[in-house]
Amino acid sequence: MSIDRGRVRWQCRRALLELDLVFARFLERDFDRLTEGQLADLEDLLRCEDHDLWAMVNGSKPCSDDRWKEMIGLLGQP
Amino acid sequence: MNVAKRTFDAVIVGAGGAGLRAALQLSESGLKTAVLTKVFPTRSHTVAAQGGVAASLGNSTEDNWHWHMYDTVKGSDWLGDQDAIEFMCRKANEVVVELEHYGMPFDRTDNGKIYQRPFGGHSQNYGQSPVSRSCAAADRTGHAMLHALYQRNVRANTQFFVEWMALDLIRDADGNVLGVTAMELETGEVSIFHAKATIFATGGAGRIFHSSTNAFINTGDGLGMAARAGVPLEDMEFWQFHPTGVFGAGVLITEGVRGEGGILRNGSGERFMERYAPNLKDLASRDVVSRAMTTEINEGRGCGPDKDHVLLDITHLSPETIMKRLPGIREIAIQFAGVDPIKAPIPVVPTAHYQMGGIPTNYKGQVVAPKDGNPNAPVSGFYAAGECACASVHGANRLGTNSLLDLLVFGKSAGETVVEDYKRGALELKPLPADAADASLARLARLEGQTGGESVHEVGLEMRRTMQKHAGVFRFDNLLKEGVTRILEVAERAKRTEIKDKSKVWNTARMEALELDNLIEVAKATIVSAEARKESRGAHVRDDAPDTAEFPNGRNDNEWLKHTLWYRDGNRLEYKPVTMKPLSQEVEPIALAKRTY
Repeated sequence: MSIDRGRVRWQCRRALLELDLVFARFLERDFDRLTEGQLADLEDLLRCEDHDLWAMVNGSKPCSDDRWKEMIGLLGQP
Repeated sequence: MNVAKRTFDAVIVGAGGAGLRAALQLSESGLKTAVLTKVFPTRSHTVAAQGGVAASLGNSTEDNWHWHMYDTVKGSDWLGDQDAIEFMCRKANEVVVELEHYGMPFDRTDNGKIYQRPFGGHSQNYGQSPVSRSCAAADRTGHAMLHALYQRNVRANTQFFVEWMALDLIRDADGNVLGVTAMELETGEVSIFHAKATIFATGGAGRIFHSSTNAFINTGDGLGMAARAGVPLEDMEFWQFHPTGVFGAGVLITEGVRGEGGILRNGSGERFMERYAPNLKDLASRDVVSRAMTTEINEGRGCGPDKDHVLLDITHLSPETIMKRLPGIREIAIQFAGVDPIKAPIPVVPTAHYQMGGIPTNYKGQVVAPKDGNPNAPVSGFYAAGECACASVHGANRLGTNSLLDLLVFGKSAGETVVEDYKRGALELKPLPADAADASLARLARLEGQTGGESVHEVGLEMRRTMQKHAGVFRFDNLLKEGVTRILEVAERAKRTEIKDKSKVWNTARMEALELDNLIEVAKATIVSAEARKESRGAHVRDDAPDTAEFPNGRNDNEWLKHTLWYRDGNRLEYKPVTMKPLSQEVEPIALAKRTY
């Protein structure tokens, strides 16, 4: 079954402003071009805790799952 | 249209700290409890709270609730209600120890007690010396609190409706609150949540400002719903600002940057703080720095094409110092300002952080409004807690670590009040009026059918810019007056927003339009209340109410020692007295004095 893009888009709303800003840029720039496989990786990444996610995006903590690396890379691109 | 109906003993809107604490009280007492939340509970904005939670445990230094109460009343600039403040400070130890028992991983002292650290504004012996009163879990206190409460709620069988947005409060002809209408994002369907008790715990509305530290979810949904249903909003002119948020983004740049030698500069590169605070310069207190920045911008000495911000310069520090001492700040500047602070200064502006006002409640968490001569008559069936509520414990200015305490104490208290009323049979499921869902359905139909309207983004941006310029951290009579007119114009435009995406499911555009409906009510309440209050008090600082011998800090207790109540209907204001009398006989009222530190 294909992943609902609208649901994933909504789940990019986070608890921390830093992440909201990062995701706003990502949604504008990258989101519509994601393949089904990338969307599945993103959905998986979105289950992370917000502080851990922000730490991975800003590079203060290494990406803890290879599957997330591509998405973390896109999110961190200024 | 046929609208599905669900029935509960209690419905709670919002699953941050206050909502989860209230839900726990109800579920553990056996009440059938529903919690509605736009996002997964542990992604509520409580997660962002780092500082800690205040409690006079006295684990690190001698402490007691009397001192905490004094600090809170003084911090509030005497606008806080002393009965609610006494209640909160006396309950602090109990709610913190409870949280410890729920598994909250507090930092520990060597002998195993909860470790406590000092925090601004908290003192020993009525302002004499700093006290260690803040209990924290590293720098993730809010996060840890939310997880502990969520797990406990799962155990207690609280029923969560995740990714549901509450739309409107349901009241009957007598004003009783009977529940809410809500939309499930996955289907776009509207349901009625019919309940004996309705608790709002929807958080603040910091997104009314262009520069805000708040996450995007903080759209004041509970305040909008309450205002549309005829409930007044209290003390909405009082917003806490932080001087250095990244311009255009809002992310905080900690005071530590100025501590390391960061310098604020205006459009001509001048170190302007030398003029405002010759001794402390860039290290002056938050309010002094914020006011100086605003004055520079308002007088045309700002930076950038619109001269609408100033610069925080650390380029004179060595790259090694920046990398070593301020690594997080460098990353924030690169990400959100597009500058590497090693090479170029960071654009900053004073940034909205916390909403002191809200839905008026008493210390029991009951929503109150004037009725038949009683300024604080409970609204039957309606309760509120946390940042969306105004108990009022923060008055005109909140102390750090008192917000997490507020949501624990008043979340629990609202829950306890509902349980007590339930047990003595005072809560009943009153019949729903036939038109219970009509207002919500009409709002959705309007959005559905709107043509030739404006984009939500454009109208929202205009609101946020207007609020930032006209009702920011330092306020001017002419700007406030002009701002009221402008916000009322924006409110008219908000009635005609149009969304291009009309799909039913997971429609983020529709959500944002509904959120704007709530934000605009908060914006109106804020600017109308601020224009009317002709004094300076706490976080509300007016240029035309300066510090004089007659009015210390610009505060005028003869005329303005009172709470503002804003009503959406007619955009009208009323006032009610501040409760200066504590709850018990065990403490004397904290007498009025000038707020100095």
